[in-house]
Amino acid sequence: MLTSRTSPDQILDAAHRAEIKGRSLWRDAMTRFARNRAALVSLIVLMLVFVFAIFGGYISPHQPDYVDFMLRGNIKELGVPSLENGHYFGLEKEGRDLYTRVVQGTRISIMVGVIGSLVAVVVGTLYGAISGYFGGKVDSIMMRIVDILIAIPFMFVIILLLVIFGRSMIMLFVGIGLMSWLNMARIARGQTLTIKNKEYVEAAIASGVKPIVIILRHIVPNLAGIVVVYATLLVPELIITESFISFLGLGVQEPMTSLGALISDGASQLNYGTTWMLIFPLFFFLITLYAFFFVGDGLRDALDPKDR
Amino acid sequence: MFAFILRRLAVAVPTILVLVVLSYILMFAAPGGPFNAERPLPPQVLANIEARYGLDQPYWKQIFNYIWKIVTEFDFGPSFKYRDRTVSQIIGQGFPVTFVYGFWSFVVAVVAGISLGVAAAVKHNSWLDYFAVGLSIGAQSLPNFVMAPILVIVFTLWLQWLPGGGWNGGQWQYVVLPVIALSTSYMASIARITRSSMLEVLNAGFIRTARAKGLPMSRIIWKHAMKPAMLPVLSYLGPAFVLMITGSVVVDVYFSTGGIGQFFVNAAFNRDYSVMMGVTILMGVLTIVFNLIVDLLYAWIDPKIRY
Repeated sequence: MLTSRTSPDQILDAAHRAEIKGRSLWRDAMTRFARNRAALVSLIVLMLVFVFAIFGGYISPHQPDYVDFMLRGNIKELGVPSLENGHYFGLEKEGRDLYTRVVQGTRISIMVGVIGSLVAVVVGTLYGAISGYFGGKVDSIMMRIVDILIAIPFMFVIILLLVIFGRSMIMLFVGIGLMSWLNMARIARGQTLTIKNKEYVEAAIASGVKPIVIILRHIVPNLAGIVVVYATLLVPELIITESFISFLGLGVQEPMTSLGALISDGASQLNYGTTWMLIFPLFFFLITLYAFFFVGDGLRDALDPKDR
Repeated sequence: MFAFILRRLAVAVPTILVLVVLSYILMFAAPGGPFNAERPLPPQVLANIEARYGLDQPYWKQIFNYIWKIVTEFDFGPSFKYRDRTVSQIIGQGFPVTFVYGFWSFVVAVVAGISLGVAAAVKHNSWLDYFAVGLSIGAQSLPNFVMAPILVIVFTLWLQWLPGGGWNGGQWQYVVLPVIALSTSYMASIARITRSSMLEVLNAGFIRTARAKGLPMSRIIWKHAMKPAMLPVLSYLGPAFVLMITGSVVVDVYFSTGGIGQFFVNAAFNRDYSVMMGVTILMGVLTIVFNLIVDLLYAWIDPKIRY
């Protein structure tokens, strides 16, 4: 006879404790990521940029669309960055406060990148997973469509869309969303092809689970690693695309702004010696891009099974 | 090989068709026709003009005529904005300019990128290596619309060495800045790819054998390591070449070179749909054709690839 019986609760408790000590795939990846100094610093920088983009407007006494007529006549001398009159980054070419404009521009640029990337994650992953899982004719037709779309020079098509349907944020999102998912679909499909031959998928098929449930329950979660990496690296690419279009004056419209539009404005005023108009937006543009690139690279190193 | 070419064409032709039809549909979907002026034209006049441009025919026939004219006569129709010029004339004027500096950018990017990459790999973990890595990371996220203003500040405003814009028939002073602006980020990518693939090759067994035989390092690199190391670079060069020829809109606009990108952006501001469509289709066709050529070259150079 046992002197003391272990209650089921205690067993469960012990099991839980053992589980905590165990190292999951994601926990492993997290430790690897934390060891990557550049990626960690970039993550912190990225968070600061996010805080700046969301709350930066509150510490300025000015509004982004308010023209300061008192200073507008002589921007070159009166519009320089100063802490006294609250124009921390000076004035931009129309006499508006550059600091709040940069906050707004950073917010919109990041929003375009993140939303485009989310479209890619949802549409691309599902499309790729379905194509890869069903294989055969479905796969070759679906991938042929991607091949065809990917060969189209999308920069030109986005501009065509923006011109024809009017320049609005929604059209910009539609245009960028249209092109962003294609590569993701290819990547997701390639990964699905290896996953679908795993035993657990076979077990699910054998027990009569419907294909759509298999894709959502068993395949998509296992794509998560590669999808996260690619989505992070996609954000800066989309930010560049959006800035490119805004730089040409065809993207985000006044009174809204984006970093590309601000850089364009700053660049056009260079002849007058007002370099701050270029330097501040450029600085935020570059640190945002670098931070995303390094975080993406760090995630890839952390999640890539090849490097283990 | 022949089957492979056929298969690639089977993708390329529908791609071009999709592009043409898509842009044509977009144009129909646009609110307002090209001849809706502020003062409405009398219906008879409007009907006459529409008949002149073939806009009174059913849509499928219009699309068919459009494609047919492009294929047989390289005629993209008249410009909606400049009544006395056709789209083909505009393309013929702008494209050579873009092609010239696109081509030189490609040459610069390839030569500089590969030399930098090879040097970094050979002198692995030296200051040169760190410099190359730093430069390539830096330049890669520095898009050309950031490069262009910086170049103008330094070389035009401060040093006053080079003109900050214009083309002037392609004199070399006018070509230098656009070429640098366009080639830098591609050079960085090429250097990065070359470096990593060269490092991999230099660690391979046959290089060790060559060194054991006592061959000089330069001979090992040129004779043995170069060819296998160049394969990944080559697969990047194809798309890069296309992007340099087509993706230089910013450089065209910023330096006012009079290249195709400038016409495209002007057309976008003027709602000159036929010019926009013509340029879009031309760029699409170029992209597809160059990608096809690169794939064929790749299959020819690397016999391991079997399609």
